[in-house]
This record gives sequence, structure tokens and C-alpha cells, in this order.
Amino acid sequence: HGPYQPHEPGYGLDQPGYSPYEDEIPDPRARMLAIKNAKAYLLKTSTKSGLNLYDHFANILTKILDEQPTNTVDIIENISKDVKCAQFRKKMDTLRDEHLILPTFEAAEKRKALFVKEGGEEQREEVEEEMPTLPNVMETAFYFEQAGIGLSKDESYYIFLALKNLINVQPIQTCRFWGKILGLEMNYIIAEVQLQEGEEEEETGEEGEGTTAEGEKEAEEDEQKEKEAEPPKSTYKPPPEIPKEANGTGTNKYVYFVCNEPGKPWVKLPPVTPAQIVCARKIKKFFTGRLNAPVVSFPPFPGNEANYLRAQIARISAGTHVSPTGFYQFADEEEEEEEGADTYEENPEFEPPPVAEMVESLATWAHHVKGILKQGRCVWINPSQKSEENEEDDEEEEEEEGEEQQEERGPPLLTLISEDEGMKDIPAWTAQASTNLIPEYSVAILQSNRWPGAYAFASGRKFENIYFGWGHKYSPESHTPELPAPVQAEFPSGPGITETADPTVEEEMAFKVAQEDALAEAEEEEDEEGEDD
Amino acid sequence: PERRAALGVSLPLLQRDYRFDQVWFWGCIQGVRGAYYIAEGLGPDRAAPRSRLYSLNCLDWSLLTPATKEMLALAEHVKGRFQGDPSFEYSLAEINTEAAARLTVSGKEPVMKEEARLIATIEQIDRAVGIVPRGAFVKTPLGSVHENRHFEGLSLVEAKKLSSYFHFTDPVNLKNKTLLEKADLDPSTDFLDSLEHDIPRGSWSIQLEKGGAVVVLRSLLWLGLTFYHVPMTKQFGYVYFGTGEKNLDLPFML
Repeated sequence: HGPYQPHEPGYGLDQPGYSPYEDEIPDPRARMLAIKNAKAYLLKTSTKSGLNLYDHFANILTKILDEQPTNTVDIIENISKDVKCAQFRKKMDTLRDEHLILPTFEAAEKRKALFVKEGGEEQREEVEEEMPTLPNVMETAFYFEQAGIGLSKDESYYIFLALKNLINVQPIQTCRFWGKILGLEMNYIIAEVQLQEGEEEEETGEEGEGTTAEGEKEAEEDEQKEKEAEPPKSTYKPPPEIPKEANGTGTNKYVYFVCNEPGKPWVKLPPVTPAQIVCARKIKKFFTGRLNAPVVSFPPFPGNEANYLRAQIARISAGTHVSPTGFYQFADEEEEEEEGADTYEENPEFEPPPVAEMVESLATWAHHVKGILKQGRCVWINPSQKSEENEEDDEEEEEEEGEEQQEERGPPLLTLISEDEGMKDIPAWTAQASTNLIPEYSVAILQSNRWPGAYAFASGRKFENIYFGWGHKYSPESHTPELPAPVQAEFPSGPGITETADPTVEEEMAFKVAQEDALAEAEEEEDEEGEDD
Repeated sequence: PERRAALGVSLPLLQRDYRFDQVWFWGCIQGVRGAYYIAEGLGPDRAAPRSRLYSLNCLDWSLLTPATKEMLALAEHVKGRFQGDPSFEYSLAEINTEAAARLTVSGKEPVMKEEARLIATIEQIDRAVGIVPRGAFVKTPLGSVHENRHFEGLSLVEAKKLSSYFHFTDPVNLKNKTLLEKADLDPSTDFLDSLEHDIPRGSWSIQLEKGGAVVVLRSLLWLGLTFYHVPMTKQFGYVYFGTGEKNLDLPFML
């Protein structure tokens, strides 16, 4: 036993006069026995874990004195737990822990791949004419950072490198970082790109085949319906499909590539159809992060998440891409109608207004993307022009419908944003200067209130638009889903199916009497009456 | 960057003036004409009602009074963006005539000041979606709540589960758990509501960024509330950047 150290539990017990049991056990020998019993109790090994309390206390106190945490008495239970855990691990020493391949390392590897330069890059410098313009993402990020918007510098740099990879892989004319859309499981990083000519024709071939296949199917169904005379032919004619705009114009002016994280391969988004835009206006759904996820909604969205994403991108671009007024001008000033004003070019004589003016008046900014009409396209098309393939009856009906649809006029191309309507009393845009303390270097920032998350900045000749957000439009009222269409009227009633009251007995008797003369007819009528019953 | 620098300057000053134990930057509510920056100060008991301050330029801070139930009830009726001007008054007569009538009866004007709406909104957000990782706070036998100095962060596996995060408010559902579940709980750390049973299901989005180096939770009910945590370290926090409106369309959007 030896003299007890102050930290040992038995301290003070062997001193005469200090033992807690003093008054009970005055006899020293009995006291020693009591102490031995107490220690034996503490040394009793637990049947469950093989530890004993004595050693455990010794370990705890050693640890406490070594580490000396503050407010020990409050965390003593945790310390006790930790010591027990430490004991447990020692037993498993024989097995070495498998070095876990954390997803952290995989992601780091992918990003490293971004940094690796290709060997053949030096040769490319000769062909500088065809080199597409890589946007200076870092510069844009700097300007947005002045406003407090944007991603961290690391991520911006990764995106920069990823865009460079994209340019190397795809034949691209111009490229821009469009923004980032958040999703439930993963986010999307989006690049707006203009492909070189000649690359876009592949899409139309596939479509042509699709429509012919549908035409054949419809012919077969019609034949079947004519054979079975009983179920009446449905008078439902789906509204004529509005053709999508050709690649390179209108809503499909740019091609969009997305990726979930920089380092992952870029996926091209399919061009958007007007039906998808019209439907996207009616639904409000979160993106999950997987491009092939179905979009379950009412009215049913024609397509999967990739199409919904593309439709939202188109709406956001049309609603919020702005530039300082005068930066772009029409190629030909005479063609200011909606049809011809598709092209614009930079105005070489543009003088940037000072930042203060850009902040104060919204008339210094203009949209440079065409707005989307209700039809879902930028250029209105008369659907009755499509009726060449259908039968004559259909043509007449569609012409009547075509007259009802009036030609839609959207705002012309370079409208000032001061003409954007606000919702209730909220203006459509909020303009701010990035800093009031240093006006010489401040940047004019524009925030959209209709699409929260869309920002634009302008500083001198430089300007840029970007989007960071969930991808939904702002509406002060709650979103109300579209009501289902009214139930179709059942087929028109006619004499064949109209219910009539069955004749009463007296009427039948009277009828029978009247028919007794014509025996031949009476027999037939009895048969008929039998059927009616 | 300008605002970050200003915050770095003004928050320590706040701490000194109000004698807070800790000052947190809570976030920013975007109004139409300006933005409110909100900071919170905490006393030694972390679960006590916090004092909140707001500022329009990150330099001058004004204390907000604690939220009352009336304010909360009225704020539910006011919809739309914040204006950015703290003395703006919403006319309640247009929005909800009942509430307006009640107020006129009690002798007050039927308007709601934007400041009150701000207070109520912050309180709602904190109550609904202010979260902390499990084990970060311990409750002492005296009832006060302290940071757990032994908290070393959640592991990667735990960090992906919704059940390892708690609401930092008075628990509502805790007593409804079955006895079996209660046996597993540790009363010093599990005294708060977990996120698992949030209605509607799926109103949180968990993402691992940088391949697991950071866990980010975003609330879909209050769009703009982001919570981050670096697994296996003590770093965590949440911040709100948004328009200060509840996302009532959530059930349609999932």
C-alpha cells in the first residue's frame, strides 16, 4: 500500500483522525480491513468490459492532470467516456485500420486534373485566329465581389479552369460563365456558349425522324378507330404544336453546358421548345441536381430536369440580361420591327456614363436579350400555317382558331429596363453603388427583384450579368398550381343513347291493342319490346 | 470586402459596449431599397433570448427589442419584400382588416412598422431554422446551456444525416419520442429537437462541398439560410442572406 498520493482515492484514510469511518471503526486493524475492502471493491473487475473502477479512476485523474482543462467538473462525464473509448481501441490494435478513401480525396483528384496542362497546347498558340475568347472569370468575380456577390475565389478559379477545358473539347466561338443554380442534392454550374457554325445541324435530323414516326403511329390509330365503330371518336384535338426556334435564334440563341462541379465533364443541354417554356411558367419546382430526374408536376412537364433547367435558363436570360444603354445597337437602324431586330452589335462610339448616373436612373440599362412571348418563343409564329399535312376538316377548324390567336407583340430588343413592370409596389430592379466611401472606384450593381439572384454590374466599358440562386421567379403571392382542365363533355346525346322512361303497363296494353290488326308487325314489335325491357 | 472590413471593426466594438460574451453575424435581409445587416449578441447562457442588433451600413448598430407574440402574429400577415427603410409603415387596413380592427380597438394605429416586422422575422427564422450540430452544446444540471468544449465535430458519416443537427430552440417534439429512442439519448447533449422530423419532409438540402471538406445545409423553407460545418473540427455556423420571406410554396416545389 504505501503512502497514498493526493490524487488517489484512498488518500487520507490511513491518517488517524481523518477516516470517514472513524467514529464507527476506532480500531486501526479494523480500519485497515475496511480500507482493504473498499479497495478490493474498487478493483472488482466488471463482467462486461473487463475494466475495473480503480484503474478507470486512476486513468481519468491522470488525464485530467495532464491536460488540465478548465471547468473540469462540468465535463467529467465526457472525459470518463473518452478514457473508456481509449481503452477499447487498444484491444483492436492487431487489425490495422483500412485507410479510408474519403470522397474528399476523389474530389481533390478531379480538381487536380483541371490544373494539368495538356502537352499539345504550345502548338495551339500559332492558330490564334480561331481561338475562342475565354472569359476572364476572375476579373468578373472581382467586380461582383465588390458588391458582395459571388463564389469564393477558389471556386471561381476552378470554374475558370473548367471553362478552359470546355473550350478545348468543344468547337466554341464565344463562351461566358452564366451562373450557378442551386439544387437539392447537387448544384449546377452553367456556361453560355455559342457554337461555331456547322455544329448545330445535327439536331434537326433527329427531329425529322421523330415527327415521321409519330405520323405513322397516328395513321395506325385512325385505322383502328374506324374499324371499331362503337367507341365514338374523341373530338379532342391537341393544340397544334408550336415549333421550336431554330438553333442560333431567339430562345435558342445560345447553347448551354452544365456540370455539377468543376472537374466533372460538361453536359450539353438540349434546345428548348416553346411548350416547355409555357409549362415552366406554370410550375415551380426545385432542381435536384441530377439531369435525368423526372419533373413531376401538374401540368405535366414535357421533359426531364435537363429540359426544365434549360427552360428556366431561357426565362432568366430573357428577363434579366442587361447591358448599359447604347453599348449594343442595331445593325441596321431601319429594321426595328420584331422580326428583323435579332442582331445587334457593339457600338464602337459608346461612351460609358458615370457610375452615379448608372445607379440613379434605370434608363441607362437596356435588355439585350429578347423577351419571351406567351407562346414560348421570341418570334411569334402563326400555328395555322402548319396545317398542310392534315385533312380538310382539320384545316378549317384550325384556321378559325388561328384567327382567334392574335399576333403577339413582345417588347422590342433593346428596351430600357426602366420600362419593366414591377410587382405591386416593388420595382423590378434595385440599383446600388458598390461603395459610398470611395466613389472613384465604385461599381454600379443592379439586382433583379423579379428573379432574385440575378445581378449585373457595370464599370466603365465593362459589364457582366450573372445568376446565383435557386432558379425561380419571385412572386409576391403564393404559387397556385393550375387547375385541371374542365372535364370533357360526354359525347353528344342522340336518340340512340338517350334514356327514356320505360312504357307503363297501361301504355303497353293500349299499344298492344292498337297493333293487334297488323300481326306481322306485332311480332316484330314484341321482339323489340322484349329488348327494351 | 468593404462590408467585411466594416463588420470586422464594428462587431468587436459592439461586444465591448454591450458586454456580450459572443457576437455573431447573423446575416443580411435584402430590402428593396436597402439591406439590413443583423448581428446577435449572446450572454453566458446560450439558450437565453438573444439580443439582436441591426444596421444599415455595418457600422452603426441599433438594438432591437425582443419579439412579442403580437408582433409575430402581425408579421405573418404582412407579405412582400422588406422596403429597406426601418421607419416604413405597412398599412394593415389593406392587408388584414381584423387585425387592424383589433388594434384600433386597443387604441393603437393600424400600422406595422418595418422594424417590428424585422424583429418578428428574425425571431421566426431563428426559431424555425437556427440549427447546431449534435453535441456542440451541453446543458448543465443548472439548466443553462454551454458550448461543449469536448465537441470535436461530426464525422463524415454523421454529418450526412439529418438527425445529427438540432434546432437551437426549446424542444417541441422531444417528449413524444418513444422510450426506446429516449434510452439512446444522452440528456446532456440531446435536449433539443432534431431536424429529422421537420415538416415538410425534405425541407433541408444537405450537400458536401469540396468532396466532403465542408457540409452545407440549406433550408428550403426560408430560402437563404445556409448552415456550414467542417467535419471533425469545431467550426460551424449559420447565416441568412435573403429577402426575409418564408417560402410558402415549398410543398409544390418538392
